[in-house]
Amino acid sequence: MKIHEYQGKALLRKFGVATPRGIACFSVDEAVAAARSLGGNVWVVKAQIHAGGRGKGGGVKVARTLDEVRARAGQILGMQLVTHQTGPGGQKVRRLLLEEGADIAKELYIGMVVDRQTQRVCLMASSEGGMDIEEVAAKHPEKIRKVFIDPAIGLADADAQVIARSIGVPKASVPDATRLLQALYRCFDQTDASLAEINPLVVTGDGRVVALDAKLNFDDNGLFRHPEIVALRDLDEEDPLEIEASKHDLSYISLDGNIGCMVNGAGLAMATMDTIKLYGGEPANFLDVGGGATAEKVTAAFKIMLSNAKVKAILVNIFGGIMKCDTIATGIVAAAREVKLSVPLVVRMKGTNEDIGKQILKDSGLPIISADNMAEAGQKAVAAVKALAVKQKPKPKPKPKPKAKPKPKAKPKPKPKPKRKAARAKGKKK
Amino acid sequence: MSILINRNSRVITQGITGNTGQFHTRTSREYANGRECFVAGVNPKRAGEDFEGIPIFGSVREAKQQTGAGVSVIYVPPAGAAAAIWEAVAADLELVICITEGIPVRDMIALRDRMKKENRRTLLLGPNCPGVITPGELKIGIMPGHIHRQGRIGVVSRSGTLTYEAVAQLSDLGIGQSSAVGIGGDPVNGLKHVDVLKLFNDDPDTDAVVMIGEIGGSDEETAAYWVKEHMKKPVVGFIAGVTAPPGKRMGHAGAIISGGKGTAQEKLAVMQACGIRVTRNPAEMGRTLKSVLG
Repeated sequence: MKIHEYQGKALLRKFGVATPRGIACFSVDEAVAAARSLGGNVWVVKAQIHAGGRGKGGGVKVARTLDEVRARAGQILGMQLVTHQTGPGGQKVRRLLLEEGADIAKELYIGMVVDRQTQRVCLMASSEGGMDIEEVAAKHPEKIRKVFIDPAIGLADADAQVIARSIGVPKASVPDATRLLQALYRCFDQTDASLAEINPLVVTGDGRVVALDAKLNFDDNGLFRHPEIVALRDLDEEDPLEIEASKHDLSYISLDGNIGCMVNGAGLAMATMDTIKLYGGEPANFLDVGGGATAEKVTAAFKIMLSNAKVKAILVNIFGGIMKCDTIATGIVAAAREVKLSVPLVVRMKGTNEDIGKQILKDSGLPIISADNMAEAGQKAVAAVKALAVKQKPKPKPKPKPKAKPKPKAKPKPKPKPKRKAARAKGKKK
Repeated sequence: MSILINRNSRVITQGITGNTGQFHTRTSREYANGRECFVAGVNPKRAGEDFEGIPIFGSVREAKQQTGAGVSVIYVPPAGAAAAIWEAVAADLELVICITEGIPVRDMIALRDRMKKENRRTLLLGPNCPGVITPGELKIGIMPGHIHRQGRIGVVSRSGTLTYEAVAQLSDLGIGQSSAVGIGGDPVNGLKHVDVLKLFNDDPDTDAVVMIGEIGGSDEETAAYWVKEHMKKPVVGFIAGVTAPPGKRMGHAGAIISGGKGTAQEKLAVMQACGIRVTRNPAEMGRTLKSVLG
């Protein structure tokens, strides 16, 4: 789970991390009032969205008068902020953080993640603050210092001091930086965080060490211990389809293609997406119905997949183990009827009660395309979408067609692929 | 022979009084020698009772003392699962298999740290895994037993249903399995691909291995480098998630491409460079294995 910068800073302050003073605002008037109550003569107006890269996208502005605060807040609030993490559509800004300006002498980077290899929390620090840390890691890996934290001890004084010095914290500020690093780790540990990033961490003109930004993610499996963090969830920042799916205990992720897939098991779901791609199609989503799918769950899954207008076909791939194929087949038939399914449906079922399941699908009278293995399922789903595309977009100049097409490889002529274009237009950058 | 478990293993179920624990203990018991192998259950509040004839003890230590069991399987809910694993480790069992999904990573970090610092010999499989099966001998976990076939091919995977898929493809080709092991989809876990490959390498009754991975982390790469240096048997591989976008968690907590690392392409390239025959088509896992058999 992700939270906003202002929420992250509030949490960090509780653990003793220094941050600039700031106030969260939901309107331009609130922003001006916040600036007035903070006082001073320099403020920063910061868009609050979960995606990173806000500054480059124009979501962070400095203001030197109250009129400027009003103007900047007006520009940012309600804008569709596009960053390298939001996708081309951007994310609407609904909240602002109005902060006092900081006197920056030095910009640094610190972050924490769980390292799978050592099975410890890794503190990463760099003198290259304010930059994209992935870029630093790629170009100057020697500029990133790491400490793997012993969970039984926490971040030791000596380790924190070494890190602080190695990234260029001035001598007089090392004690301050040490305390901040230790506070950050305590926060990470005690809140079941999965990622913490402060970029930049700054040393001010008068030598204080302050977190100018705060990005915190949390381990979903640990949230049951932290109702106060769950309360910070902002549904506006999440994909409505993913929210709907989570209500039904389905794991769903929207993608850019047009073949919806419903699979049991995360690994098999990814493999099914890969199969679609392998045969020239593009998956519209990842959807794991889990181990205990019921008819209701399958119906919910169909509704969610179909509320994506791009979906032109559905591929169901079920390996029945604990979950029996006949149960799933009954669910599929009920769901297809309830949602009045209008796109081609390809079903591949394998495992427990496979034959009964296939019979149920056959007896339903629904136009379900059956497949015996994953490859066949992928091919049939892709073919179904291509057939639709041809029907909807006939060639402008229909040529006399050869009666029997012998082999596809005999035809080098490029074909129009309207659906691929749509997928590319929304291509992801990173 | 086989790895990790065989017909002589004696097994304790931790969480035997819950629905999941009961269901899977029952189906595991019905498979091959399960009736002799599942000898104890644990629940401190229900000690002295039994589950369909399996005696319930107050602690793992007591269950071990009374029955001689050396393996446990855990179906305890996530909040108490790490403590349940520790109880089995502290009782000095040989192997603990944790099926439970949804254990906080922080709990696993603390547990793994303690296991390492105290030099515990207990092997941990999982959490969030389907378990392990030695076809024709013993099944411990949630996999469907009937798709397996006795034989000489090892299978190791992070994912449940994708393991079943690979096993079914092998069985359909008439190729049996020595053992099939699910190591689980969590970022912090026990046995990794490389550990299981080592066991298969040393098992005289395993001829070749199917290794199935997915996006996230670098465990597959680590395993591949080990294979290049030490593996005496052919290994074939598949990695799920070529189409997965970066930064999105694909179901499993561990299946996420972060900072441009852990992509399927990268893993496949390393595996190939290390002499593992890979396929990009999950429908071809069985046939790819068949192609490397002499």
